[in-house]
Amino acid sequence: MKTLTDNWSTYWDGFLGTLALFAVSAVLSLVLGVLIAGFRVSPVRPLRVFGTAWVTLLRNTPLTLLFFIVVLGLPRFDITLPFFTFAVAALGCYTSAFVCESMRSGINTVPAGQGEAARSLGMSFGQTMSVVVLPQAYRSVVAPIGSVMIALAKNTAIAGSFSVTELLGTYRTINELGYSIIWTFVWIAVGYLIITLAISAVFNLLERRVAVSR
Amino acid sequence: MTSAPGPAQAGPAAFTPLIEVRGVNKHFGDLHVLQDIELTVGRGEVVVVIGPSGSGKSTLCRAINRLEPIEDGTILIDGEPLPEEGKGLARLRAEVGMVFQSFNLFAHKTVLQNVSLAQIKVRGRPRAEADTKSRALLERVGLAAQADKYPAQLSGGQQQRVAIARALAMDPKALLFDEPTSALDPEMINEVLDVMRQLAREGMTMVVVTHEMGFARASANRVVFMADGRIVEDRAPEDFFSAPESERARDFLSKILKH
Repeated sequence: MKTLTDNWSTYWDGFLGTLALFAVSAVLSLVLGVLIAGFRVSPVRPLRVFGTAWVTLLRNTPLTLLFFIVVLGLPRFDITLPFFTFAVAALGCYTSAFVCESMRSGINTVPAGQGEAARSLGMSFGQTMSVVVLPQAYRSVVAPIGSVMIALAKNTAIAGSFSVTELLGTYRTINELGYSIIWTFVWIAVGYLIITLAISAVFNLLERRVAVSR
Repeated sequence: MTSAPGPAQAGPAAFTPLIEVRGVNKHFGDLHVLQDIELTVGRGEVVVVIGPSGSGKSTLCRAINRLEPIEDGTILIDGEPLPEEGKGLARLRAEVGMVFQSFNLFAHKTVLQNVSLAQIKVRGRPRAEADTKSRALLERVGLAAQADKYPAQLSGGQQQRVAIARALAMDPKALLFDEPTSALDPEMINEVLDVMRQLAREGMTMVVVTHEMGFARASANRVVFMADGRIVEDRAPEDFFSAPESERARDFLSKILKH
């Protein structure tokens, strides 16, 4: 307990850093993921190709490598941003590939006739997706997206190696002060648990809500 | 073997074509499912398409609003060629209603919302106006009391009548029916056919793919008989049913009319 109370502000800053990284990356990945999923099922071939390339590239690259590419690569093109922004870009784009595939499997659970009916009434592709297909896909993607979000929360730990304040990185400071390494990590783990269990709870709630809405 | 040229010359002088299918071909893999299809449907005409399964009749019906893409040939709706994709295609589709074998009502919307949705999104009508029109149409198909239910709570016959109301809500120039009664229990077929007969009497232009020979005899202006991807006969129903010209049609009719 002394480890926690003595280093409360370090832990707290790290906790908030992780929370901020998670929240901003989650929003980015959900928006991008839904958009790319739309690309992948669109009637326009170049968009489908782009979507497939996006998913293949990002899903198959180790996240740490992606961080290196963003943090070391982008400045070569004179793009210099705060480390936090770089980290969000890497995490958000990486996770969007997984969100996209979850969305796509949800879209595939909606019978083709639903989209055909919408199109036969003169709805555009965008309207068909947003008004008819996605709302019905939503109920079957809640659970897998929840898993993706929990993975994202844990993946934020990598940002600590790239000068972003976050929870895992606090062990260095605390360890240098001579505190027990075991207890240092126990409290870090508790911090992650608080975040991931909260995400689980939110998604359980969402799942229960869509289950009764029909 | 196509009974060309189209019936445009055969029809009365007042015949104005609304749907024109010109030299349309389509393959599913090796299967030549539509072969040089020529078909003209005049304004106010009811054309029933019959034929054995796999003859391409559903594909033809779906090709008319390009739910099935075609390889060559052209399809004109009210003189306008059907575009490949995009806004122009959506605009023309809004003019041609479609009723499906499996109803395809939007499962997450109530009956009323099903009928109002495209009016609001495509026609840009205010919700109140759309709902008023929807309720009137539901009244017409005898389902006003079910407006707030979800499709899954209705019988097949009721769902299909909602689907017809949904198509009518767009004020379409023509309606396409793709085997509208094939998925229904026998006792529900008539409630759907009643609505279709009424539409036919009111002068709605209709293309109906069906196995209901009674409907074809009573309500059709023309019967189109398809087999193996071709239109084999295209004639008035009484001529077709009493004296089919082709061996293929005689064979087909002997199988289905024997009991």
